[in-house]
Amino acid sequence: MILLFLAIFLFLVGLYGVATKRNLIKIVIGLTIMEYATFLILALIGYRRGAAPPIVLAKMGEATFVDALPQALVLTAIVIGLATTALLLSIALRIYHKYGTFDVSKIRKLKG
Amino acid sequence: MMTILCGLIVLMILGGFVALEAASLLSSVVLLGIVGFGLSAAFLILQAPDLAIVQIVVETLSLIIFIAVILKTTSKDATARRRKRLPHYVVAAVFAVIFMLAASWALGSMPPFGNPSLRMAEAYLSPNKFLGPTGAANLVTAVILDFRAYDTLGEATVLFTAVMGVLAVLRKTGRKQ
Amino acid sequence: MRGMTPIVKTVTRGMAGMIFLYGIYIVLHGHLTPGGGFAGGVMVAAAFILVVLAKGSPEAVTEAKKQRSSVAESLGIFAFWALAVIGLIGGTFFFYNFLTKGRPFRLLSAGFIPLNNIAIGVEVAAALFAIFITLAVIKTGGKK
Repeated sequence: MILLFLAIFLFLVGLYGVATKRNLIKIVIGLTIMEYATFLILALIGYRRGAAPPIVLAKMGEATFVDALPQALVLTAIVIGLATTALLLSIALRIYHKYGTFDVSKIRKLKG
Repeated sequence: MMTILCGLIVLMILGGFVALEAASLLSSVVLLGIVGFGLSAAFLILQAPDLAIVQIVVETLSLIIFIAVILKTTSKDATARRRKRLPHYVVAAVFAVIFMLAASWALGSMPPFGNPSLRMAEAYLSPNKFLGPTGAANLVTAVILDFRAYDTLGEATVLFTAVMGVLAVLRKTGRKQ
Repeated sequence: MRGMTPIVKTVTRGMAGMIFLYGIYIVLHGHLTPGGGFAGGVMVAAAFILVVLAKGSPEAVTEAKKQRSSVAESLGIFAFWALAVIGLIGGTFFFYNFLTKGRPFRLLSAGFIPLNNIAIGVEVAAALFAIFITLAVIKTGGKK
């Protein structure tokens, strides 16, 4: 149970980064940390004590497995996280070329 | 093993917090690498080798993209001034305490750790039943490519759309501004 | 984009082929061992990115690579969608597993799951390579 609390605290660290920081790259880093915390929570939910990873080997009889459904969700989400990060960083690159700074408060003042 | 996992998550929390406070953007990205690879080690401890493999390679590529963007722009964080940060930290701490109280009230109604309810996966998780309908030995692959292939189609579409977005945003800027 | 020192180029000549081969192995055995289409696709993309980084090609060549990579990505996702629609046309439901199940633990088992893995692997590899080429080719014109 304390593991779930620590994972939720990691989510709060990422949320602190998104809400407080003014540099655009730090905001993207905070978003990535929030995604990692979500993957950790999902993988923790599906864990079963003393069970095997969900691969059936040839010599196995009846064995208990870890829950395979949260792992499937996290597998999809990892690749989607990479796609989102790449798109955010390309938009940040364009903003830097246009305004010359990564500072969010200055971008609102300078108009092109 | 669970104490190792506790120590790993504490290391990730510290790494994430310092990554957000660092003055140089390159060191922030390296600390983000600590969080990512620590997550991969956590997946290995939690008996999920499929996720560990994907997380390692995706984290490496994500770091490459971060560093490519930083090397093309700037590596200094011009907004890290030493102003008064104490009100920031106090407000953040109060919000964190309220959030954790709400989380503990929500987590009370979940099944205990290490003993999931498995209501959806119970019909799939005995090897005879699984090797029957699909014939695949890797249960996670059978789930994402046979039972829930529609979600994989959606995910491939999201990746495709993101790449189209990147190709559209970063057109060749040949002329001088 | 500049290339790298001759030491890096010599090592890349041997390593890139092996990384590519390992990526294909992970994609093909996706239904038997951990891995699958996504992990293998990212590894294949990493092999190509290694070659481009070590060689340092001029800008015209990387523009052609971006077009070809974009075409390959579209072909990959089209193949995935076509495998799904075959079930719909044949009279059953969408994503019907129409190939034979075979004997377990062999390479040619589990219906159309290996074909899906290959399509996903091609699509992910081409997508990530196109993203990298776009980020590397763009000129840093304007303010610094």
